[in-house]
Order: sequence, then C-alpha cells, then structure tokens
Amino acid sequence: MDWLNAIVQGTLLGGLYALFAAGLSLIFGVMRLVNIAHGDMIILAAYLGLTVTTATGLHPLLALVLVVPTMGVIGYVLQRGLLNQTLGDDLLPPLLVTFGLSVIIQNGLLEVYSADPQKMDAGALETASVAVGGLNLGVLPVLTFAVAVAVIWGLQWTFYHTALGRAFRAVSDNQDIAQLMGLNRRHIFGVAMALALGVTAIAGILLGIRTSFDPSIGGGRLIFGFEAVIIGGLGNLWGTLVGGVILGVAQTVGAKIDPGWQILSGHLAFLLILAIRPNGLFPRIS
Amino acid sequence: MTLQDYNVTRSSNAARVAAILGALILITLVAAPWWAGRADMRLMGELFLYLALASLWNLMAGYAGLVSVGQQAFVGFGGYMLFALTMFAGLHPIAAIAGAGVLGALISVPVAVLIFRLRGAYFAIGTWVIAEVFRLGFAQISSLGGGSGSSLPVAIVKSLASKRAMRESISYWLALGAAVIVISAVYLFLRSRKGLALTAIRDNELAAGSLGIDIWRTKFIVYVVTSALTAMIGALIFLQKLRISPDAAFSVNDWTAFVIFIVVIGGIGTIEGPIIGTLVFFALRETLADLGTIYLIVLGVVAIVMMLKAPKGIWGLIRSRFDLQLFPLGYRVITPGKTDKS
Repeated sequence: MDWLNAIVQGTLLGGLYALFAAGLSLIFGVMRLVNIAHGDMIILAAYLGLTVTTATGLHPLLALVLVVPTMGVIGYVLQRGLLNQTLGDDLLPPLLVTFGLSVIIQNGLLEVYSADPQKMDAGALETASVAVGGLNLGVLPVLTFAVAVAVIWGLQWTFYHTALGRAFRAVSDNQDIAQLMGLNRRHIFGVAMALALGVTAIAGILLGIRTSFDPSIGGGRLIFGFEAVIIGGLGNLWGTLVGGVILGVAQTVGAKIDPGWQILSGHLAFLLILAIRPNGLFPRIS
Repeated sequence: MTLQDYNVTRSSNAARVAAILGALILITLVAAPWWAGRADMRLMGELFLYLALASLWNLMAGYAGLVSVGQQAFVGFGGYMLFALTMFAGLHPIAAIAGAGVLGALISVPVAVLIFRLRGAYFAIGTWVIAEVFRLGFAQISSLGGGSGSSLPVAIVKSLASKRAMRESISYWLALGAAVIVISAVYLFLRSRKGLALTAIRDNELAAGSLGIDIWRTKFIVYVVTSALTAMIGALIFLQKLRISPDAAFSVNDWTAFVIFIVVIGGIGTIEGPIIGTLVFFALRETLADLGTIYLIVLGVVAIVMMLKAPKGIWGLIRSRFDLQLFPLGYRVITPGKTDKS
C-alpha cells in the first residue's frame, strides 16, 4: 500500500511538473526558442502571487486573476522588446540572452524579497484531503493535476481548433511563408510567449502554495520542466504530461527508498529514458 | 606582377609584437612571488584559473558549437577527485591533479555519449542535469563529508610545502601554469589539422560534413579534452580553497555563469576574447563587488547588451577596426608592393 501511495502521490506531483513543462514546450514548438530563464519566471510568478496575496488579502488561487495577465503582459513585452531580436539560425544569442535574463531575475528577486524562504497561505486547502480506497489524497495535489490536464487540453485545443493556433502552426512550419500570407510573426511570437508565461504563472502560484520557495530555486524548476519535455517527446503536449508523471513517480519512489535519493532518482530516470529512447516516448517534431 | 610575388603568411607584425610582449609579461608574472603581496597573488591566481576555465568554455562553445551550462560538473568533479585521491589513495596533491584530469576524461566519455543525443539548447540544459546528478551524487558520499563537505587534512596541505609562503607561491605558479598550458593547448589545437576541421564546423556544419569531416567525432574529442582540463582546473581551484562542499563545487553561478559572461564580453570564438573578458570581469568585480546582487544584475545586463549589439565582444570590436590578430590562426595574402599594415 505504501508503494501504491508513493506512485499515486508521484503521479499527482507530475501534474505540477507538466505545468512547468507546458510553457517550455509551447514556445519551443512555435519558435524553437529554449528559455533558460523559464524556471526563474516560475519563481517570479510565485513572488508576484505572494505580493498580491499579502497586499490585498486575496486567496492565492484568486490572485491568479491578477498574476496570469501580469505575466502574460511581461511575456509579450519581453518577446517583442528583446527575445525577437535573438531569433535566427544562430543558436547562441537566444541561449545567452535568456541565460543573462535568468541571472537578472534571480538577483532582482534577491534584492527585492531577500533570500528568506517564503510561502503562500492558502488556508484549509493546504491540508485538506479526501480518502479514496484506503489512500489519502491531498485536495491541492489533485487540484494541481486537474489544472494541468485542463491547461494542456486548453493549449491543445488552441493549437488545433482556433485561428491563433493555426497562426502558431504556420509560423512554426515556415516563418517566411507565414509572413507572406499576412501573419506578423513578431506579434505571433509575442502572443505565444504571453500564453507560455500565463501558464507559468499558474505553475508558480500552485508551487508557492505547495512548498516554500526562494529566489535560488528557479534553475531546479527549469530542469524538471525540461526533463518532462524530453521524456514525453519534443512538441507533444500530452507527452509532456506523461513525462511529468514519470518524473514525479521516479522522485516519490526514490524518496521512499531513501529520502536523499528523491531528486537524484528523477534525474536518473530521465537519463535512462534518454539512453533508451533519445527522442522521448512520443516525439512529434525532430 | 606574377603570382609568385604574392605571399601567403600566417604571421604578422602585430602577432610578433604580441609574442614578445606576451613573453615579457609572462616572465614578470612568474616572478610575482618576489614583487607582489599575498593578497595580490591570491587574486591573480584566481584570475588565471578563471582565464583557463573561460578559454576552455570558449573552445567548446565558440568553436565546437557545444554550448554547455554544466561545466561546473567537471570543476566540482575535479575538486572532489583531488580530495579523494589525496585522502584515500595517499597521492601527492600534484599527482592528484593529474589524476583528476585522467578521471575527468574517463567520466566524460559516457556523459558525452548520452548528452550528445540532445541538440542545441537542449544539449545545454542536458549538461546542467549532469552537473546536478554529480552534485546530488557527491552529497551522498559520507566519507567525503556528504552534504556539508570536508576540509583538506593539514598533513596533505603541508606535503605541498612546509612553509606557508612557499605553499602560496606554488599554488600561484600552478594557477599561472594552468592558464598558460590551456591557452597554448587551445592555440596549438586550433592550428592543427583537427583545429582546421573544428573551424570548418564552426563556420558551416553542413558544408564541413559534406567535405568528409566526422562532426560527431571532432566534437566528442573536444568535449573529452575540455572536460579533462576543466577537471584539472577544478582540482587546482579547490587546492587553493582547501575546503569543498557539493554546493560550492557544483555552483552554476561561480563556474558557469561567470565564465559565460567573461567569454561573451571578451569575444566568443577567439583566443584573445577570454583574456580580455577575464581582465574586464575582474576589474568590474573589484570595483562593484560591494554592491552584491546589483553587481550580478549589471553583469547580466552587460552580457545581454553585448550579445545583441556586439555579438563578437570587445575583441570583435577591436578587430573590426584594426584587423588585428594576436594569436595568428588564419592565413593572409600579402600583396607585393604593399607592406603588411598590421
């Protein structure tokens, strides 16, 4: 029963990792950009949530109403003002610019909020649980998993059933022809980044309710998201959810064997899958 | 004017002047224990080690196109190997540094086979995962102090030299020697046949491949050599620090972020770039370090502006104006009647 419990908790944890990964997956799919500052942006969202909840007394989940649009605007401005200039055949500029951004965000947060760990107060939601067939499931992890499924379903639907999604797929397939057909790729990229950071905002708030956070943990969250993307296969959003679940289960099962092995066993599971299936489990794009 | 009148040469006046000046500077630096204070020597020692790390990262990212954000994996690995080989195998510290290089090369082989499956930016994050695996792995080894780390026993420190002044001189010379060896190795490598292949890959991977260059193999060799040398530098760094812990040994800020900034600011894909970048980085650090986090934000902004406005760095700006090359790598054609202006 203990093992089953570890697997179930790991699956639910995987929902959070899938949310970390969804934003990464989205912008890579649309513009082949890998954002090294992604993890720091998750933490930025968590701190924005903290500021909103302490300033207004809102419940953290209600703070999403403010934090999601704020992160979206940050994403659009960042893309139009900075990141669009780095896109091209050369790999170095986007990598190094987002790496610089990562250092700036991390130290900016340190300057404003100090290095003390913080946590958002979500009241009864933090400890509430329901008993299902002998297992106690936390309401928050279940909610996180449900949100992850909803977000990925929403992104998938946007991609394949809306005009915006058609624009995303068009610029992804061929930027120049999409441009000739009347799409403004700079704007489309901006919208994609806005959407990605909106998802990041949800991930950041859920992270901030679940555990304490400090400015230095962004890099670790980037790695979890990245591992989920690679395990699931590049460009496949539902694969990303599976990747997150595999990573989460590897971590909770590893922690069950020895608490020191929690994060390490997640990384080892990732390396194992990389060794057997270099393109991930369900690759869409090469 | 016949074809025989044209001259193809690698050398130039600037390169000859630079070589003479470089030799003079090197002699002055070797003599530092007789003219510099202790604090200055410590600072210079650290500068040389950063210079070595930056030159190695530049060889990988600037020439082989292998952008790694996980070089701290090998810095930390080398540091831990210094501690393990001296404490458990009873090796002399200098032998342990060489041993760290050999072991670094060995461990980099399976790592390369695994992460070379990832491309571009995903390769970069993959190297970071490897560094995290190393950090968490070493934190599990209780004989090396686990998560809190350990100090180098006094007896081992004394085996380097019994007097403190002598120890400090030796550690300074080792750092200087490391920087000289790394820069010479990079220079000679780039002048060799393999280096030519590497430069071709940098300029156009597809064209290089169609000319029969084995791209995977060339990159693999660069990765293994860089990892071995980085591990040796790591051993030297922690011989200076005398204390190691997983968080210090595998710090992404100290061993990768700063190194990347140095190379980007100085000029990526040139030998001169990391040298200039290291000088600028230390000048900034010595004047702005009191500002703490603000200093790091400034560094990040400078790197971003540099990448967007002058992607070839400070050295690129200088070279575009004066056509200089201090380390002669490329060939130039000298037209008869015209003197070599550079």
